[in-house]
Amino acid sequence: MLDTGASASYAPVMSFTPGSAVIGGALIGLSASLLLVVDGYIAGISGIVGGLVRPKRGSVAWRVAFVAGLLVGGLFLVFAMPNAIATIAPGIPAILVAIGGILVGFGTRLGNGCTSGHGVCGVSRGSPRSIAAVLTFMATGALATFLVLHVLPRLP
Amino acid sequence: MRRALVAFVAGVLFAIGLGVAGMTNPNKVMSFLDVTGNWDPSLGLVMASAIAVHVVAVVWSRRAKKPIWGDSFAIPKGSRIDARLLIGAAIFGLGWGAVGYCPGPAVVSLARPSGATLLFVGSMLIGMSVYSWAWLPRWGGVSRRSDTLRLEP
Repeated sequence: MLDTGASASYAPVMSFTPGSAVIGGALIGLSASLLLVVDGYIAGISGIVGGLVRPKRGSVAWRVAFVAGLLVGGLFLVFAMPNAIATIAPGIPAILVAIGGILVGFGTRLGNGCTSGHGVCGVSRGSPRSIAAVLTFMATGALATFLVLHVLPRLP
Repeated sequence: MRRALVAFVAGVLFAIGLGVAGMTNPNKVMSFLDVTGNWDPSLGLVMASAIAVHVVAVVWSRRAKKPIWGDSFAIPKGSRIDARLLIGAAIFGLGWGAVGYCPGPAVVSLARPSGATLLFVGSMLIGMSVYSWAWLPRWGGVSRRSDTLRLEP
């Protein structure tokens, strides 16, 4: 079992937070818009990070800068909103966390995008590929969450 | 240099947006995907709000010849829904739903690292490396060229 550093239970009950969802979403939209309008880039995190794993000449600086921005923004959250960054539920076994990470890394690269690139940027363009991708990862995501939250805890 | 500075500011904004929206809490992400349990629609509203704002920039970009500080828009032009796209999205969804992290929140959470976060991000980078160094050179084929053209969706 991992020391996750938080006291979250296995499946803590979360309540609908429409206000902060709209404000936070607008900031994400603003970020993606800034990157598109000024630099001409797509704010797809998996593509930005994945492009650093095997860097191509001329496309490293802005990727590093964006990721550094994510980390600095994260540090801001740590100080301004101490509860914002929570960790993975402690009941989820480490092996599942590792497998999940590999699936997210490989799957987003194979499918050319994640929740940001397809979900926000692609859907905003009305891209049929992105809409198909979002429907697909929402469906398999719901399936995986169902298995982890409702089937896994009942296994002997 | 100035383009990288804009990317940095966009990264900061993105991270704060995720945090404000509650998306840096994997439990909240899973509670959105937990449609048979105690469903929390917040993530859907986060996406809808982000899209509502971003559509304005997309409309602008379609009229503009080029971005303000760039030569061209790096916008993917493909529209074919192929097996690679759907299988990739399906694999991603399985990992996302099992743990509650997609790439953005996982990277942002490194600002307050836990063992689980580090394990997840390390594994994610391994998954991305397997794609770039093993899968793409070997089985990428034609898709390798299209991958260069459309680096992101």
